[in-house]
Amino acid sequence: MERTDPRSRRDAYGSRINRTHSPALAYAVPWGTILLASLLPLFPIASAAPVVPPIGLMTLVAWRLVRPGLMPVWAGLPLGAFDDLFSGQPFGSAILLWSLAMIAIEAIEIRFPWRSFVQDWLIAGAIVATYIVAAAVVSGAHLYAPLLAALLPQILLSLLLYPIIARMISILDRFRLLRIWMIG
Amino acid sequence: MAPPSSRRSSYSRRAQYGVFTGYVIAGIGALVGAVLLALSLWRPASFNGPRAVAGDAVAPAATASANVRAESQGLFDAIGGYLRAGSQNAELKKEVELARIRLAEAEALAQENARLKALLGLYETDEKPVAVARLIGSTSASARRFAYLGAGRADGVVAGMPVRSPRGVVGRVLEVGRDSARVLLLTDSQSVLPVRLAQGNVVAFAEGRGDSLLRIRLVNLGINPLKPGDVFVTSGAGGYYRPGIAVAIVAEKTEDGALARIISDPAATDYVAVEAIWQEDALRAAQTPAAEPVTE
Repeated sequence: MERTDPRSRRDAYGSRINRTHSPALAYAVPWGTILLASLLPLFPIASAAPVVPPIGLMTLVAWRLVRPGLMPVWAGLPLGAFDDLFSGQPFGSAILLWSLAMIAIEAIEIRFPWRSFVQDWLIAGAIVATYIVAAAVVSGAHLYAPLLAALLPQILLSLLLYPIIARMISILDRFRLLRIWMIG
Repeated sequence: MAPPSSRRSSYSRRAQYGVFTGYVIAGIGALVGAVLLALSLWRPASFNGPRAVAGDAVAPAATASANVRAESQGLFDAIGGYLRAGSQNAELKKEVELARIRLAEAEALAQENARLKALLGLYETDEKPVAVARLIGSTSASARRFAYLGAGRADGVVAGMPVRSPRGVVGRVLEVGRDSARVLLLTDSQSVLPVRLAQGNVVAFAEGRGDSLLRIRLVNLGINPLKPGDVFVTSGAGGYYRPGIAVAIVAEKTEDGALARIISDPAATDYVAVEAIWQEDALRAAQTPAAEPVTE
């Protein structure tokens, strides 16, 4: 069999003989990527206006929508606490808003179990747009009209970024399930 | 395939309780978040400790990325200069720009000197900065405008110290970790800075708007003397900032003042200097309740 097709005993996740998924990798990748994504807006630019999308939340939402059942409903509590340390928001805002986002997705999923990518995109877009506005409201900033206008480019950028993040998450999901653990 | 959450969790009581517990913890998480949020809005300094530790933890990585950022910015500048008129063009332009700001500052200083000479016994000393460091990052996803600085308590930085770049004021240190500090940028909507016109005796407050502009509100309302292009410098009122540092250029006139662009955009800043608080004694006296005697 191997002589005719060397990949006959392999699939997208690697060899099917003598190997299995590594639980450490399978759980470390989603949680690790979300933590890294929370740090990401800190690095690239010291900007005078809010421009970078909330990549931490978008990664969490993408993991939740691309791979349902992996992130628990309560994931917003620990991940939000980590995000609050770096986001500049008052501590607790991401814990609250991320938890609410996870509960909202759970509720939407019970109502609409079968969805295509476009519906996932709409859900993610609605959640991220709501989050950006809600985060500005609870941030303790004075809500002048120009500040709210400055949020619009950020919201648009987030909408455009979601498909890219979702595609990256699906690649990471395949990486997560590589069979690298030797058994027997 | 239906997502796992839409399928019954099985008839196992244990599995059903597991799902139910998940919902309960999520609800509790939201509640905990709401309580913490209320607490930190009520007392903004409540969680400074963990935040400072976290800032210290990522400071090395952030410094590395800041180095790369500065180098790539320099590269783009050089390429741009070469394309236009040789690579020194970019540098010369930067110098001319700095010189222009310096000129406005010098005019302001001359005026300040003239005023101070009238007051006996009050003179300012030109002090060395407490620390020189990079802006290693900013909260670019949040509506609040904070930046992180690559110097902290170990370098002598204390909360309240003004931060400036070669161009002008950047902001004020808000909280300090061991090797990093959080800076409130001028454009944050909670930032208010007393300023005055570089040419003239017009005093005003420069408030951040949250986007990249400052709102200049004149103290004396009357005929608005501002015009686009006017430079505002720090007035020294409040005691935090040394007077005469460039702050903003008027871009547009409004009813009660103007909209101004900040001169020292943090996105274009590489190294910044942390300076000592200008009139620390006056600040301490202002914070001491009248009933308590001032002690050293």
